[in-house]
Amino acid sequence: MGEVQTRLPADEAFRKQLAARNSAAVRWQGFFLGAIVAGMILLIVLLLSIINEAVGLVALKENIPVADIADRPLEELAAPDLAIILQNNLSKGRLQALFIQEILDPDIDRSRLGSDPVHVFLPENSYNPVLGDKTFVDLSPDELAALLAANVSVDRLRDLVYTDVVGLEILESWPLLTSLFNRAAIDQEIVDKQQGIGLPSSYTQQQIDDIKAKYGVARVEWRSWLNRDFLTGSMSATPADAGIRGAITGTLWVIAITLSVAVPLGIGAAIYLEEYANPNAPINRIIETNIRNLAGVPSIIYGLLGLAIFARVLEYLTSGRIFGVEGTNGRTTLTAGLTLALLILPVIIINAQEAIRAVPSSIREASYGLGATKWQTIWRQVLPAALPGILTGIILSLSRAVGETAPLVVVGAAVFLAKDPNGPFTAFTTLPIQIYNWAAMPQDQFRDAAAAGIVVLLLILLALNMTAIIIRQRFSRRLQG
Amino acid sequence: MTQNGNTHAVEIRDMNVYYGDKLAVDSISLPIAARKITAFIGPSGCGKSTVLRSINRMNDLIPGARVQGEVTFRNQNLYGDNIDPVEVRRRIGMVFQKPNPFPKSIYDNVAYGPRLLGLSKKEALDEIVETSLRQAALWDEVKSDLKKSGLALSGGQQQRLCIARTLAVEPEVILMDEPCSALDPIATQKIEELMRELSTQYTIVIVTHNMQQALRTSDYTAFYSIRKALEEDGKENRWGVLVEFGPTQALFSDPTQQETADYISGRFG
Repeated sequence: MGEVQTRLPADEAFRKQLAARNSAAVRWQGFFLGAIVAGMILLIVLLLSIINEAVGLVALKENIPVADIADRPLEELAAPDLAIILQNNLSKGRLQALFIQEILDPDIDRSRLGSDPVHVFLPENSYNPVLGDKTFVDLSPDELAALLAANVSVDRLRDLVYTDVVGLEILESWPLLTSLFNRAAIDQEIVDKQQGIGLPSSYTQQQIDDIKAKYGVARVEWRSWLNRDFLTGSMSATPADAGIRGAITGTLWVIAITLSVAVPLGIGAAIYLEEYANPNAPINRIIETNIRNLAGVPSIIYGLLGLAIFARVLEYLTSGRIFGVEGTNGRTTLTAGLTLALLILPVIIINAQEAIRAVPSSIREASYGLGATKWQTIWRQVLPAALPGILTGIILSLSRAVGETAPLVVVGAAVFLAKDPNGPFTAFTTLPIQIYNWAAMPQDQFRDAAAAGIVVLLLILLALNMTAIIIRQRFSRRLQG
Repeated sequence: MTQNGNTHAVEIRDMNVYYGDKLAVDSISLPIAARKITAFIGPSGCGKSTVLRSINRMNDLIPGARVQGEVTFRNQNLYGDNIDPVEVRRRIGMVFQKPNPFPKSIYDNVAYGPRLLGLSKKEALDEIVETSLRQAALWDEVKSDLKKSGLALSGGQQQRLCIARTLAVEPEVILMDEPCSALDPIATQKIEELMRELSTQYTIVIVTHNMQQALRTSDYTAFYSIRKALEEDGKENRWGVLVEFGPTQALFSDPTQQETADYISGRFG
């Protein structure tokens, strides 16, 4: 057999070229690995920097030293003793305010506190010393203190003594890494300030004396900004007392409204476009193209839309006036939820469409072949098979909605809330907005609160996504048998 | 299911099928004998699947598909104005080329059809599931594990599950579109035996590429072929026609058309 003429590389040339091809593959693989490693490093740096801010040493000062008001550490005192400290150090008006805040149901009609006997307002099961028919305003400081001692937990009373009587003020805070590895410098800084050393020369004698006095009674201790008081506390103008409870409930309410609007509408629209609409009709092609474009519109534009439509035009609905709610404007949890629903609707529709389209036609044919109607086929075969894909879209858009700030600022998120968002028709704030507000505050210590807020936001995001992923897994498993 | 002496379960008369403007099959006329097996053979693209799917209006699901002519079933034209395709498909069931069980348990696969009809009593469903699986010769293999996913079965078992699923809605006619083309020879043999058994109760129409299979299983055979014509713009148009129809033995041993003889002897197609 003679040599076959070929244009393809033979023997030696082939082997040389093969080595080049293999090394190209190795180079690409290395690049991909590098991408993963770079991503992981950035993620770790991000998490560390958040934790670095959220935990660390602080310099604390008590406005009234604990030694002046009690002969023992507060942790050893029982409820009546703590209540007496409150009684001795607070005005009657402040005691009344604490009574309303700590004991009474927030929904009672406060205008009747002056005329009706106080026992009418006390929640059931609460301890009630003999008060007769005394009204709220007639209660003496003794009686108020006794009611507080009987109906508020020891821990909460101790917190009240700290915040209302002792008055902790955080003078300075240090990040975790400095706190761990540079403790000596921190101590030295405190000593210097106690003696007025090393302050800028522009300071007046008055300012230097202030600093000397403040740091003279300061103590340094560890503090995690992410603690129980932070999670359960309400908003505050002082960083040490700042809590995130309102932002957490606000986020959960807004997300609940967003999902309950966007999920049914999104899946419904996707079913119509995929199963019923004629794909060749120009009008449907225009709709499809527009949905795809809407998914890429910057979120702040949705904020403007929400402001114009939900907060202004539909104010009668979004303020809850249609349901008899009073004293609100259009800038409510409902407006925020509807705005975010608009924002994520295109993403949910597109993902649901892809998922429905990916359902094999053999399943549809089998169902029709057995005498199923169109709706029976969609409900019993197409939707269950598409559900994992639909849920993926919901997870993606949920993450986006939870972290969204700009459109909510535009529709009017509250900077400060006296009352937590607890329904669709209340003023709202959410975690990212709270974090943004804290980060923009002049006091350094709010940055630490912001870092703790970010940890909370990440944990909530993780929890929501885990829930959706678990549901998806359960469905996929059921489908594969 | 009395036939009143009428030995034809379905009768196709002068049927044309179009996809959009394109003719797919041209003036097909064909009787389908009751409780017999009728095989459709012919080269790829000759329209035999199109004819099959016209019998239970599965072509309605293809956008642009259009059927002219008559398909008579129980003295009614299936393409008449007052006919709901959902009812047609419940009476004329279908088994597809690739086994396509639902991603559900074996039990739920078989119970799917009866449930569509509103049946929900457990005893009734249990009975239908068992009868259908027995009829499809699958009961003994799966009775201990009806909760198992239908997709976990082997290819041949899956196809028998699909047959059981079709039987569960008590059709009169079963259409089979190349039911064995994705199966190995042993599974194919089982399906063929099953078809023979079922043909005592059901009218069966089968599309097959395997002429041996048509010869082994069917009572009647219809041979389809392709016609071509050049259009003015130079494009070639192809459509299917029915060349010959008759009892299987006669058609294979003594075809009347030269084209049939060429095809079954392997000289063409």
